[in-house]
Amino acid sequence: MQKLSIPIPDKAIRRLKVGDPVSLSGVMLTGRDAAHKWMVETFIKGSRAPQGDDQKIYQAIKPLLDGGAIYHCGPVVRGLETGEYRFVAAGPTTSIREEPYQGDVMQHFNLKAVIGKGGMGPKTLAACQDVPGVYLHAIGGAATLIAQSVKQVLGVHKLDFGVPEALWVLEVEDFPAVVTMDSHGNSLHAEIEACSRAALEALLAG
Amino acid sequence: MRDHTADFLELVRLAATDLPPDVEASLVAARDQEAPVSAARGAMDTILQNVAMARKNGTPICQDTGTPIFYVRHPEGWSTRKLRQQIRVAVAEATRLAYLRPNAVDSLTGVNSGNNLGDEAFPTVHFEEVEGDDLVVDLLLKGGGCENVGAQYSLPNIALGAGRDLEGVRKVVLDAVYKAQGKGCAPGVLGVAIGGDRGSSYYGSKEALFRKMDEPHPDPSLAELEGRLTTEANQLGIGPMGFGGETTVLGVKVQGMHRLPASYFVSVSYMCWAHRRRRMIAGPDHLVYQ
Repeated sequence: MQKLSIPIPDKAIRRLKVGDPVSLSGVMLTGRDAAHKWMVETFIKGSRAPQGDDQKIYQAIKPLLDGGAIYHCGPVVRGLETGEYRFVAAGPTTSIREEPYQGDVMQHFNLKAVIGKGGMGPKTLAACQDVPGVYLHAIGGAATLIAQSVKQVLGVHKLDFGVPEALWVLEVEDFPAVVTMDSHGNSLHAEIEACSRAALEALLAG
Repeated sequence: MRDHTADFLELVRLAATDLPPDVEASLVAARDQEAPVSAARGAMDTILQNVAMARKNGTPICQDTGTPIFYVRHPEGWSTRKLRQQIRVAVAEATRLAYLRPNAVDSLTGVNSGNNLGDEAFPTVHFEEVEGDDLVVDLLLKGGGCENVGAQYSLPNIALGAGRDLEGVRKVVLDAVYKAQGKGCAPGVLGVAIGGDRGSSYYGSKEALFRKMDEPHPDPSLAELEGRLTTEANQLGIGPMGFGGETTVLGVKVQGMHRLPASYFVSVSYMCWAHRRRRMIAGPDHLVYQ
């Protein structure tokens, strides 16, 4: 088990290989479909002008993402009425939907770790080599267990995106995950896909 | 009919936080199949720890509490309008209590209603009148990750060499499992409908998921297909979470339906390992949850 603390130095990222279990501590941000679309359109491609508190939020999340981690997660949250937020269930969501955006987001913010489930594609893998960064696979559905590693909810941005889509700022301790895409061009997902493709072809021919 | 709002709330709580015993047993069996110290074994251990912890703490097994899909069978003369209203009140209350995540998003505005109440189809409620005095309600909480990897095929499918017979069905179902990889939270359970139109076929594939894990189809040819598909899907080696391993699907449930001469649809609904389905039976003097 490799212990990582956020911000994650390049040296630590380069050491990580596909298959390594890791445990992550520090401050990270959740962000999924709406967040990625918003970040890319508003601040990276500039196809949409910043509105309302966009600039303020950008300034707030920039230092968190620099050397940091983003978690593809739409949590179940208690304390919505009081603002004393607590995560009760917080497993990963399927990451591949962010494939059109993720590489650009990693490059733009110097983002070191993308956490989710199901793996990502070639564009993200290329960014992992470049930035450098890693894709960390959390166990899908293990939401109550993973929520135990969220020690504190430090804040939330874009709550108007809805609870699942908001950008939650979290302090985590010993967040468990496995490296499935590393900074050396290796992807467990590409490997499993190729092996299962061969098995499928044999079964279809049989 | 009396007010069943509190009973529906308990049904939702159970479904979200307490995995049915037959599903848990199949997860234990799957864990024991995986090699010690493998990523697949680690994933299954984590899954089982999480199931136990969610039950103990009364918190959701998975944060994606999905689309609540209710199948309501009611005695003659009951008001489905009132039942729907009671279900909606219970769903909103379950959301307030954090058993459910607010999941109803307006597709045009992107606004999340915050209480899991959307249009008539959210939550989804199917009604059927049945004989007897019992109200029987099945609930399935179906998450988005696994719903996204569902698939529908129209046979013949030339690319897969799949004709209009059970052999053709077998080929397209295996293709669907391959395409899903680990993205639907493998090891999942497949609901497969053969026949119907595009709409009823998907509906049938979800209905098939209500059959228990250890309950094969009563028709021997479909029972055999279920067994064969389970074995062969596992030969793909995708494994828990797509990490590679022995168990890619926990089971396959097939349902046959009538079809038009021109159409031969095969619909696959992929249910994640967190196969959250519960049943409530309410009679004049009893209330049971299964």
